[in-house]
Amino acid sequence: MVKYRPAQLDRTFAALIDQTRRAILARLEREDGVTVSALATPFPIKLPAVMKHLDVLEDAGLITRSKEGRTVTVRLRPQPMRDALDWLRRYERFWSRSLDRLAEYAEREDAAARRAGR
Amino acid sequence: MTSLTLVRRIRARPAVVFAALTSAEGIAHWWGPDAGPVLFAESDARVGGAFRVRFRMLDGSEHESTGRYLELVPPERVVMSWQWTLGGDPDERGEVSRVVIELAPIEPGTELTFTHERLQTEAARGSHERGWAGALHKLERYLAAGT
Repeated sequence: MVKYRPAQLDRTFAALIDQTRRAILARLEREDGVTVSALATPFPIKLPAVMKHLDVLEDAGLITRSKEGRTVTVRLRPQPMRDALDWLRRYERFWSRSLDRLAEYAEREDAAARRAGR
Repeated sequence: MTSLTLVRRIRARPAVVFAALTSAEGIAHWWGPDAGPVLFAESDARVGGAFRVRFRMLDGSEHESTGRYLELVPPERVVMSWQWTLGGDPDERGEVSRVVIELAPIEPGTELTFTHERLQTEAARGSHERGWAGALHKLERYLAAGT
C-alpha cells in the first residue's frame, strides 16, 4: 500500500526489542540532549554495556551522539520511529480514510434521497 | 494476529450506509487510502458472493483486494473475507483476513463499527511478544510534535 524500506524497519524494530534501549529512548523523549553518564546512571549495568546499547541505537539511526570536550551528548532522532509507527498503522490509515469518504458519500446520498421524498 | 476497530457516526440512515458499503457503485466512491481513484469495483452482495476492488494511489501504484460475503444482514451487519490480489501489503500476501461491519441506528443516523480481524502482520506478533509497538506508541506524543 505504501512504500516502506524493509531493511530500515528491521533495524528499527530490532533496536526496540531490548528493554534497556527502550528505556533510553523513552528518557530521550522526555529530555532533549542527555549526557552518556547521565543516561547510564539509572541502569544496573556498567557503562560499557550502556555504550553497546547506544551503538545499536545509533546504527539504527534512532539517536545521534555529539562530542564536546569530554562530554558526549545523546539526542533522539525521531524519523525512523515515525516511519515505523506509520507502518504499524498502515491499516488504520487505509480504513480510516476510506470510512471518512464512505460517511461523506452516504450523507450525500441520504440527503438526496430525502429531497426526492424517499 | 491482530485486529483493528474504527467507529464512525454518520448522518445517514442505516439502509443508505448499507447500500454504500455493499453496492459496486457505492464502493467506487469511497474505497482506498488516499484521493486516488477506484479503477473498478464489483460486488455480488449475497452470502457467498464475491467482491473485487482495484484502486490506484496518488503515487501511481495499483492495488486490488477481493473477498466473499460471509454474512449479510441488511441494514445491520456485513462480514466479508478479505485478501490482497495485487500489490497491497507484503505481510499479508496469500493471507485471508476478515472484515466485520456493524450498523446501529442512532440519532441522527448510523453508528458504524468497523473491524478488520485476523491480520497476520509481523507488527502484530512483535507487538504481543516483544512489546515494541507499545514503546513506539509511547513515543507518539514526541513524534506528533515533530522536530
